[in-house]
Amino acid sequence: MIDTKRIRGDFPILARKENGQRLVYLDNAATSQKPRRVLDAIAHYYSEHNANVHRGAYALAVEATDAYEAARTAVSRFVNAWAREGVVFTRGTTEGINLVAGSWGRANVSRGDTVVVTAMDHHSNIVPWQILCQEKGATLRMVEITGDGRIDLADFGRALEAKPKLVAFPYVSNSLGTVNPAAQLTKLAHAAGAVTVVDGAQSSPHLRVDVRTIGCDFYAFSGHKMLAPMGSGALIAKPELLEAMPPYHGGGEMIERVWDDRSTWNKIPHKFEGGTPNVEAAVGLAVAIAYLEQLGLEHVAEHEQQLARVAVERLSQIEGITIYGPRDHRAGVVPFTYGDIHPHDLATILDRDGVCIRAGHHCTQPLMRRLGVAATARASFYIYNDVDDIESLVAAVRKAGELFRVLAS
Amino acid sequence: MTDLGELYQQVILDHNRSPRNFKRLDSATRRAEGNNPLCGDRIQLYVQLDGDHISDIGFQMPQGSGCAISKASASLMTEAVKGKTPADAEALFQAFRDMLAGGATAPGKLAAFSGVRAFPSRIKCASLAWHALHAALQNTGDPVTTESAKDF
Repeated sequence: MIDTKRIRGDFPILARKENGQRLVYLDNAATSQKPRRVLDAIAHYYSEHNANVHRGAYALAVEATDAYEAARTAVSRFVNAWAREGVVFTRGTTEGINLVAGSWGRANVSRGDTVVVTAMDHHSNIVPWQILCQEKGATLRMVEITGDGRIDLADFGRALEAKPKLVAFPYVSNSLGTVNPAAQLTKLAHAAGAVTVVDGAQSSPHLRVDVRTIGCDFYAFSGHKMLAPMGSGALIAKPELLEAMPPYHGGGEMIERVWDDRSTWNKIPHKFEGGTPNVEAAVGLAVAIAYLEQLGLEHVAEHEQQLARVAVERLSQIEGITIYGPRDHRAGVVPFTYGDIHPHDLATILDRDGVCIRAGHHCTQPLMRRLGVAATARASFYIYNDVDDIESLVAAVRKAGELFRVLAS
Repeated sequence: MTDLGELYQQVILDHNRSPRNFKRLDSATRRAEGNNPLCGDRIQLYVQLDGDHISDIGFQMPQGSGCAISKASASLMTEAVKGKTPADAEALFQAFRDMLAGGATAPGKLAAFSGVRAFPSRIKCASLAWHALHAALQNTGDPVTTESAKDF
């Protein structure tokens, strides 16, 4: 089981006070805090091993390269990638998806083709496809969601009748917390002849992910939501797809030979890693993975689902609270609204009690329109959160209710 | 709670609950749209200019898109500038801005927003309606956002 007391001691930032109160950090779907081990690894890398990778003929450069490539192996094992060469380091999920849209998409999507996304996708899994479809004259089809916040499988089936070239969806919704049946959706999409892209930004930090079990073609995730530094992340792809794809960013590192007027490309994954990579981020990501593996992703998932259940139950007891998202198959994300109090006002009031939540559209404006709200408040949990944090949340929400009702009456 | 009480002063909570001049003005001679892309807040502002003064003014915010600060600020702004000349309205905007930047308290009920400056993340909520008013008076016709404004 997860020992939150011990874990909290690993996170220096959790010792800080917010307006004189214990920091209750409940915005983990936006980014996670970082354990000392990750912070130390970054400092250690720069103190001991820093050099540019893949080119130096001296010991320091070899060490930096080894650290970077060891991180690739760690990521590959973490998601059970098809091959080490199928792990492309990126700045995060957004860059991973843009890489697929800009490379695979440009090479394979043509006028009249269809690309499918869902109404619960994050803007980063919508906008790159909009850009691609507009450029190519292709159609972007958005699959509807059910009333309780799941992908509407009937509509998903209808979308597949157009024989889309590509289907993209989130494993876990950042706005609703819905855990989607990724393997089932992939199977259906493959049967229709589509390539599948899974947005793993909210799944990799919280669940055991096995890309081969999902069976998708591309899987993108961010490190910063799973204890690692900002600017870390990876795109996991089937090697044969990467081999066939044109480069994304041109530059150093990604070439084999450069002539005056043309070039040939480096092997995968380096073909997609033009420019000096964020070695510090990769090193930090490897340490974060080790930290999570030590806890056990199954335990992490169970801990967060338990917190979400308690939060839903406790918040539901407050008159005027509406909670969004499914009853079951919910990760540690609890979106809610409270009467006619705007979520931004709620977030400001909660902040005074040291409770950090997100308020807004969560980069899911198409979803917000379907929910019929301009914004929601969102509490999202991680390994260092406990039931005390939920009590603080609930107490602060009640206080907001009193402030707005008592003073306004 | 003290500083929260200063942010959400009684007059702000009152105008949030019952916004004044919360109406579409079909006779408006100037219109402007304001957006706060960070939080999705949107305001439609309608201004009727008769000769050298603002004879009527109204605003609308799509359902649920205005927080208490932005809605109350729009409401109090409409009360403050009605009957004023555009030059006087712009001078009030300047006074309001100065207050949010830590300067002297703005006149009349606008002083209720003096507590906002202790909440940097909410300053743009308070200034959104004023940016829309400025755009309407300039008659640019372009939607304004709190991000395109050079300062708050």
